[in-house]
Amino acid sequence: MNHEGDHMTDQKPFVDIRHAQKSYGVLEVLKDINLQVQKGQIVAIIGPSGSGKSTLLRAINDLDPLTGGEIWLEDKQINMKLPHRQYEKHINLVRQEIGMVFQHFNLFPHLTVRGNVTLAPKMLKGLSEADANKLAEEQLDKVGMLERIDYYPSQLSGGQKQRVAIARALAMNPKVMLFDEATSALDPELVEEVNLVMKKLAEEHMTMIIVTHEMSFAESVCDRVLFMDQGVVVEEGPPEVMFRNPTSDRTKEFLRKHLAAQHP
Amino acid sequence: MGLDFTVIPQYLDIILWGSVWTILITLGAAAVSFIGGMFLAVIALYAPLFVRLPFRAFAFLFMGTPLLLQLFLIYFGLVQVGIDVPAIMAGIIGLGLHFAVYNSELFQTGILAVDKGQIEAARTLGLSRMQALRKVVVPQAIRDVIPPIGNNMIALLKDSALVSVIGVSELTLSAQRAIGSTYRPFEFYVLVAVIYYIINIFMEAAQRRVERRVQASR
Repeated sequence: MNHEGDHMTDQKPFVDIRHAQKSYGVLEVLKDINLQVQKGQIVAIIGPSGSGKSTLLRAINDLDPLTGGEIWLEDKQINMKLPHRQYEKHINLVRQEIGMVFQHFNLFPHLTVRGNVTLAPKMLKGLSEADANKLAEEQLDKVGMLERIDYYPSQLSGGQKQRVAIARALAMNPKVMLFDEATSALDPELVEEVNLVMKKLAEEHMTMIIVTHEMSFAESVCDRVLFMDQGVVVEEGPPEVMFRNPTSDRTKEFLRKHLAAQHP
Repeated sequence: MGLDFTVIPQYLDIILWGSVWTILITLGAAAVSFIGGMFLAVIALYAPLFVRLPFRAFAFLFMGTPLLLQLFLIYFGLVQVGIDVPAIMAGIIGLGLHFAVYNSELFQTGILAVDKGQIEAARTLGLSRMQALRKVVVPQAIRDVIPPIGNNMIALLKDSALVSVIGVSELTLSAQRAIGSTYRPFEFYVLVAVIYYIINIFMEAAQRRVERRVQASR
């Protein structure tokens, strides 16, 4: 793979996906994917549904384990071969360093906003009640949800839920954040508030990998865009090239259809 | 021979003590059936086969045989192998395990009905499978099966009358004793029926309160 050559030479990648391959039986959904993300970089993955972009994202924290290839975070291999028990320990530690935000939020409905944000820090990092509360308040303030700290998820709008989900992930102080179509399930008028939070994270130089259908958002925030189709990376480059002047016909076709759908 | 309810007051203390025992047995057995049911559910869903199988055999035994027989077995049978269980304990354990098997079925359904995204979100934060189960899945499963579990608990209250056969002076046996000296079965059985009914009303009220409390957390 060849991109951002100047970056590559002086820095080794923060997230490094090498020859990622995944198949379900005979169906190959990821075919030899390579992706290097530098610290602080924001990469968007776009493509039609079924292209493998979510599968790739979910492979990074091993929710959908690869059947071939390697994934590295800094100098640690995420999907290293270990006996089952040891692997569980290893992956639980790795996942603490990788935040993930889902399309359907997946907030814990039986816990308040506070409970959602403090659960993992208390359980896994041994934070006291007071410290965990302070942490929750900080993170919720960051996403503009502090005044809803004692609400239950069912009492929030979709945009609010997603902002809480982001705060919940940030509370573990992750090194990288994964966004799996974080705004796809939202009503159009609620998309912006979530995008704003993501932009704020971008300004703070959070390393982010974003699977999205929001082309204008990807264009304004990302350093690099990957177009995936049928399990391969068809084309990748800086957003201004990818959105205005793509070389592959498949990319052009996808963007044309997508823009037509968004602005009929 | 007409009815004469005036005999009741002088036996009221026996009946009230009977009520106390019935309530204690019901609460004790309910606790056993709740904790045991959850334990059995988690084993049925997640334990390896060699652990699962004996527990499944145990469940079949408790579902497929009469509760009365189970009580006899625990109280009269176990003595022969050197395990002397006091009658009240035998009643609580027998009733509790019997309903644990039924509750286990409900908990299993509840656990399986929790959205897969919940486990994913918990695992993504770094929780282990057991931690995710304990803190995220099981609390939601419990919340969702409160109504059918409540029905089981009311059935448990009614079946607690069976404990009278191993000599625990709960409500039904107390009534029989009062009848034994007064020959007034109608009066005392009606009285006891009313008391069961009142306990029932309290249990339903408690269930509704719990349901209301978890309403926001859906």
